Amino acid sequence: MPVIVVEVMPKAELLDPQGKAVAGALQRLGRSAFSGVRVGKRFELHVDGPVTDALLADAREVAETLLANLVIEDVVSVRELEDVEA
Amino acid sequence: MTRVGVVTFPGSLDDGDARRAVRLAGAEPVRLWHGDHDLQGVDAVVLPGGFSYGDYLRCGAIAARSPIMTEIVAAADAGLPVLGICNGFQMLTEAHLLPGGLVRNDHGAFVCRDQRLRVEQTSTAWTNAFSAGEEIVVPLKNGEGGYVADADTVARLEGEGRVVFRYLDVDPNGSVNRIAGIANERGNVVGLMPHPEHAVEPGFGPDTRLAMRSGVDGLRIFRSALEAVLAA
Repeated sequence: MPVIVVEVMPKAELLDPQGKAVAGALQRLGRSAFSGVRVGKRFELHVDGPVTDALLADAREVAETLLANLVIEDVVSVRELEDVEA
Repeated sequence: MTRVGVVTFPGSLDDGDARRAVRLAGAEPVRLWHGDHDLQGVDAVVLPGGFSYGDYLRCGAIAARSPIMTEIVAAADAGLPVLGICNGFQMLTEAHLLPGGLVRNDHGAFVCRDQRLRVEQTSTAWTNAFSAGEEIVVPLKNGEGGYVADADTVARLEGEGRVVFRYLDVDPNGSVNRIAGIANERGNVVGLMPHPEHAVEPGFGPDTRLAMRSGVDGLRIFRSALEAVLAA
């Protein structure tokens, strides 16, 4: 079944307390090579038919009106997932 | 008698307390259901606190797209007094009735405390019973109560006197300019993170200098709506 992936991240200028907490854990684990973490969201939208440009446009609209709140988040990508049969 | 609707969403927590606050303020509470398209002719609406839809997606995001919100947005645009408390405030921002958004507290922890606030704006439907600059204490309890908005929006809110409540003593959740509550341009829609409905009855409110749990500062928020309805 074709899948459209939508990725959403908190806006860069906003503090991301969740990312900060994960970054703190990495520091405590000695993984200091990873100096910062930001946590976002990935949505997988399942569709019945082929992924057309119109469907991708619909997905982007859904992403920008429901899946993300553009006041606090950015939609960073809307794309068809390849090789979902694997 | 003035009728004030309180909407129950899946995961609402404080709808019962909001109805009690409405009753103690001298109005008739009316139960409204998220799945209906019917406001039952109420004179004002309260969107209560809680964890609608388990805070899935974003706090208040799914509730803000529920059937009754279509009616509330239309009625709010026509001047109906609407109050959003905590999760209700989050819904109002998600429904774009109020600008900005609420994000996870900057310190990462859930906060629960009796919070001192300053009433910055008394010309709204929900604060007309206060005097300007008055300080009140009501409970605050949230995990995602940090108010954020872009610099232009914050400047506009401050410039237009639409910051209705401001945190005193501490900024408990990292809100910009210590903003605890805001109003729309018309002043009929107000959202705030603290919980006035938990400070309405002696014996069950915050402590005061006079007696334990005697704080009832929240009651006048609900009384204000009665005044607003009568004045309309």
